[in-house]
Amino acid sequence: MSLAYLLRRIGLTAYTLLVVSLIVFGVTQILPADAAAVLLGEAATPDQLAALRIRLGLNDPLWTQYLRWLGGVLRGDFGTSMRTGQPVAATMLEALGRSLLLAALSITLMLLVAVPLGILAATRRGRASDVAIGILSYVGVSVPEFVTATIVLLVLADWLQLLPATGYVPLTENLAQGLKHLVLPTLTVSVILVAHVARMVRSELVDVLHTDYIRAARLKGLPERRVLFTHALRNALLPTITIVALDVGYLLGGIIVVEEIFAIPGIGRQLIVAIQARDLPMIQAGALIMATTYSLANFAADMTYAALDKRIQYG
Amino acid sequence: MADLLRRLLRTPQGAIGVTIVICIALLVALGPLLAPYSPEGLAPLNLYKPPSAAFWLGTDQYGRDIFSRLLHGARATVVMAILATSFGTLAGALIGTSSAFIGGRVDEAVMRTIDAIMAVPTLLMALLIVSTLGKSSTNAVLAIAIASTPGMARITRSVALAVRKQDYVRAAIARGERASFIIWREMLPNVIAPIVVEWTIRIAFAVMVFATLSFLGLGAQPPAPEWGLMVAEARKFMHLSPWMILWPSLAIATVAIGFNLLGDGLRDALNPRT
Repeated sequence: MSLAYLLRRIGLTAYTLLVVSLIVFGVTQILPADAAAVLLGEAATPDQLAALRIRLGLNDPLWTQYLRWLGGVLRGDFGTSMRTGQPVAATMLEALGRSLLLAALSITLMLLVAVPLGILAATRRGRASDVAIGILSYVGVSVPEFVTATIVLLVLADWLQLLPATGYVPLTENLAQGLKHLVLPTLTVSVILVAHVARMVRSELVDVLHTDYIRAARLKGLPERRVLFTHALRNALLPTITIVALDVGYLLGGIIVVEEIFAIPGIGRQLIVAIQARDLPMIQAGALIMATTYSLANFAADMTYAALDKRIQYG
Repeated sequence: MADLLRRLLRTPQGAIGVTIVICIALLVALGPLLAPYSPEGLAPLNLYKPPSAAFWLGTDQYGRDIFSRLLHGARATVVMAILATSFGTLAGALIGTSSAFIGGRVDEAVMRTIDAIMAVPTLLMALLIVSTLGKSSTNAVLAIAIASTPGMARITRSVALAVRKQDYVRAAIARGERASFIIWREMLPNVIAPIVVEWTIRIAFAVMVFATLSFLGLGAQPPAPEWGLMVAEARKFMHLSPWMILWPSLAIATVAIGFNLLGDGLRDALNPRT
């Protein structure tokens, strides 16, 4: 990986974040709701509204408002929630921690399940287990998270009474109880990811197993296990890094839905609550944090890929 | 066309996908005619009825026949998803083809911006747009269309770049044709195949996103028989009446599976290598 490639990639990520901030600010600014009217409610007099608009700087040109907002964001100040009156940054930081925990657990579970499934399917190509994994992954990618969530709730929490249904217990307060509450959400978020990544691992591995260097390794008389795990898997898993990073997009979507259903006070739930209450600063902060996470995940994936893939010189 | 269909039916994915999608098309077209009851007709004497001969899939909390609601809801769910995907596909195809045709720095700038826009995940983008425009089916369609445009633009552009180098495009440029003519009449028809594949697969995704928006209360509004909304409303009663939540969930999953299978089947059938 050359320095030029690294700098170019950093520049592109910075440009991405700039565009994302423009989208988030732009889209939320076309909101027909007047922030002053939302804050003061129905009973506000025109004088009060006008005074508050001046205080909030709502009469300034959009560019000034955007730069003021961006300046605040860069200093870690996302403004004050219109619903609760609390600073947005503190609320979001607390929520982000919970969401990151859920995300980390889901990605771990996904890798633990999806990679072995993909390998199994690829090495038993065309046989019953391959077909079964294929069918399961079709179903997996086609069932929205809210349906999966409902099914696991109904079966595991309601009928079998194995796990608590909804709610959140901080891990620092009660580790066992906290983890129990995270099982169903993690399971739900992982389903789509497992299905998608298992398919990708399978197709990459099938391609690699048909290359000349694998044939050479087999002809050399290496045991199949060694061919698979030492020679084939390394190259087959490389593209998986990119796939997993791109799937962070699905992961974020899944987290929004799952936090809403399982009542986890993470960033997704904050976002939904903010959207329903038309709480502008919270919507902007939630969307910006999520999109930033996604860009940074992709940046990290590209860097890892470039560092690991010795075949390609990135110029 | 007949050849394509034969190739499509040869793979199991293609055959099952075609069958499911044809069934869905029939339900969308004839659903309201086949429905035994009105989707919004209240029947206070028949609340929470489990599936029976009179009510095949049972009734809901207002005594409405779930089977009839599903049949009517096919239009509210599937047609909306197809509309959204089609708008997004058309816009994306135009942007991608134009960008590839113009090339150079403009192409580079457009593509880097498209990449940046794609950093906002689809559901998040749709949520943002719906929160701006207000919650309704129409706005959800618009939101999904806008959210799917950049992805389509990127895919179309990669195909269009190859088409751009073909002799017939060079000939058109040499003839002095207008750019809009070359993009519409020479390039777009030749990038159609991969776009159709992507369009089909994205319908599956759009059905899921649309249902999710309705489930979150930001898409279709009650008493519409939209499937995601039906799941959301049935959640309160799932402990005692699980069938209320089961059928619309199954319907959403079936439609998504059908379009996913059809898309994969089409990809194989259109791929000249197989």
